[in-house]
Amino acid sequence: MGWRLIRVYTILVYLFMFLPIAVVVLLSFNANQFGSFPMTGLSTRWFEVLWNNDAIMRAFRTSIVLGLMTAVISTVLGVLASLALVRYQIPSRNMITTLLIAPILVPEVVLAVALLLFLNFLDIGKSFTLLLAGHVIFTLPFVILVVQARLVSIRRDVEEAALSLGASPMQTFLKITLPQLMPAVAAGGLFAFTISFDDITGTLFWKPGGIETVPTQIFSMLRNSISPEINALGTVIIVLTVGLPLIGAALARRLATKSGG
Amino acid sequence: MSAVTLSNIVKRFGDYTAVHQMSLDISEGSFVTLLGPSGCGKTTTLRMIAGLLDPSEGEIAIKGKRVNDVPIHKRNLGLVFQNYALFPHKTVAENVAFGLNYRNVGKEDAKRKVAQALELVQLPNLGGRYPKELSGGQQQRIALARAIVIEPDVLLLDEPLSALDANLREDMRVELKRIQQSIGVTTVFVTHDQTEALAMSDKIIVMSEGRVEQIGAPEEVYNTPASEFVAQFLGASNLLAANCTGVSGNDIAVELPGFPHIAIPKQRAPKISAPGPVRLVIRAERLVLKPAGTVDTDGLSVDAVVENVDYQGQSARYFLRVGEHQLQAINMIDDHPLPTGSKVTLQFRAKDCAALPVEARS
Repeated sequence: MGWRLIRVYTILVYLFMFLPIAVVVLLSFNANQFGSFPMTGLSTRWFEVLWNNDAIMRAFRTSIVLGLMTAVISTVLGVLASLALVRYQIPSRNMITTLLIAPILVPEVVLAVALLLFLNFLDIGKSFTLLLAGHVIFTLPFVILVVQARLVSIRRDVEEAALSLGASPMQTFLKITLPQLMPAVAAGGLFAFTISFDDITGTLFWKPGGIETVPTQIFSMLRNSISPEINALGTVIIVLTVGLPLIGAALARRLATKSGG
Repeated sequence: MSAVTLSNIVKRFGDYTAVHQMSLDISEGSFVTLLGPSGCGKTTTLRMIAGLLDPSEGEIAIKGKRVNDVPIHKRNLGLVFQNYALFPHKTVAENVAFGLNYRNVGKEDAKRKVAQALELVQLPNLGGRYPKELSGGQQQRIALARAIVIEPDVLLLDEPLSALDANLREDMRVELKRIQQSIGVTTVFVTHDQTEALAMSDKIIVMSEGRVEQIGAPEEVYNTPASEFVAQFLGASNLLAANCTGVSGNDIAVELPGFPHIAIPKQRAPKISAPGPVRLVIRAERLVLKPAGTVDTDGLSVDAVVENVDYQGQSARYFLRVGEHQLQAINMIDDHPLPTGSKVTLQFRAKDCAALPVEARS
């Protein structure tokens, strides 16, 4: 009896969480010109409209470029920072770690405003580069957390063995450390990409005039009306932000089993 | 020619001195063991030879060339660790071939050398496996193959047997010595296990608290310990406060209450030159338990009572009381170990005794 209640309750919770998403995906295939029920037939016309909407496609490209650049920069910086923090005796290591992780702890609005005020103080105008910098700041902690955890499990004596066999420190990193670190690097990069792609709060504050990312574009479209295009766009974004990490996780698992976990 | 020379090496970590003024000469082709309890500085010394640590003072030379400023990857050393340290993402063959990639070795040559090395460690058919598919003993053999395939100037072994099971450890000990002898590579072996040190080494360096206590061949270190620490660390020894009453040409006379007069050969007491208080050293396995009242004409004997027995299967360790002294004796067991409370006669020979000067307690 008790278990049945719990089961029903659990199902309700999941429905509450995922039904809206399912509705968006469902309605994106609705032939009706209003983005709401009842459905009048199946159609992919909203995806075509989406494809032909220059503003959205531009925003989409911006988001992809921004996400990829954020992922690359965050991953490179995150790996370097993790190496420094884990492998070297750095004074006040704990404080540096806390500072690097802090952007997760600070509410994003606060961080966004703070960076904006700081830029004003320095008399630097908004630009794509600054938007990118902002994204790097709050995706970096995720990369560092993931990479550090993995790096701790890579034993130092394995690297020392490579050094003793004649590999230089750089060769040792590329041939021994990095391959073992790869699952974490991939996971960190994916995190960075999806977080950047998804972000709206910071982006609204930091984006220069004329540049829109997908979330800010949707946001501005919603001010006018709920177009069915938005449902189609939502579906595309769901596929990207849910599908990509799942593929990434599967890849990471396969890499991990190959390299011995 | 010396393969490795340490001259007045000092290593400090902050205020703590891990190695004090150490000088050492390791001759070409020899098997030298750094032996001591954990924290004695033996691994620190090895890591300085390897180039993983920089000495705070002093000079390290390999094959007569100063290497203080030569980084580890240019020293041409073979390094084997306690936990194997194989590359988990590479196959066995790739692991062994790794060092050859950084030396001018052709592809065919490399293949042949890898096969030879795997042959030498008696695992010729495992080249395609990954390290995690191998047992601990196999992994350590592969680690050894990987270290020797590059024909290192010196092979450095950091407690390579400590992670293995007891039985396997003994097999690997014999195996390791065989491989070392067959290729004749100069080897520095670090261990805390006196049995390994005695069985494998040409020369043992006993260390304690960052200082060298004694350097000598296994028998020398075992029979003529240079200090109380060495006497106690290698095997079970009885150390008794005694008095030297006279030094003659061949032997020294030692008296202690409850014991007969003992004449210790001079070479077993090289540091005693004048009468005075000394420490008498008798190895536990040199004290033989006989039924009470047994008279032996060519040895010394003393009456004792068994206070405790530590049964070890083939042998037993007896804790005995002789007057005010407590002694240990390790004897083979005939049928059953002697019960607690037995009255026995302890027999020993004067030539099995050694004498040390009394050390000032710090």
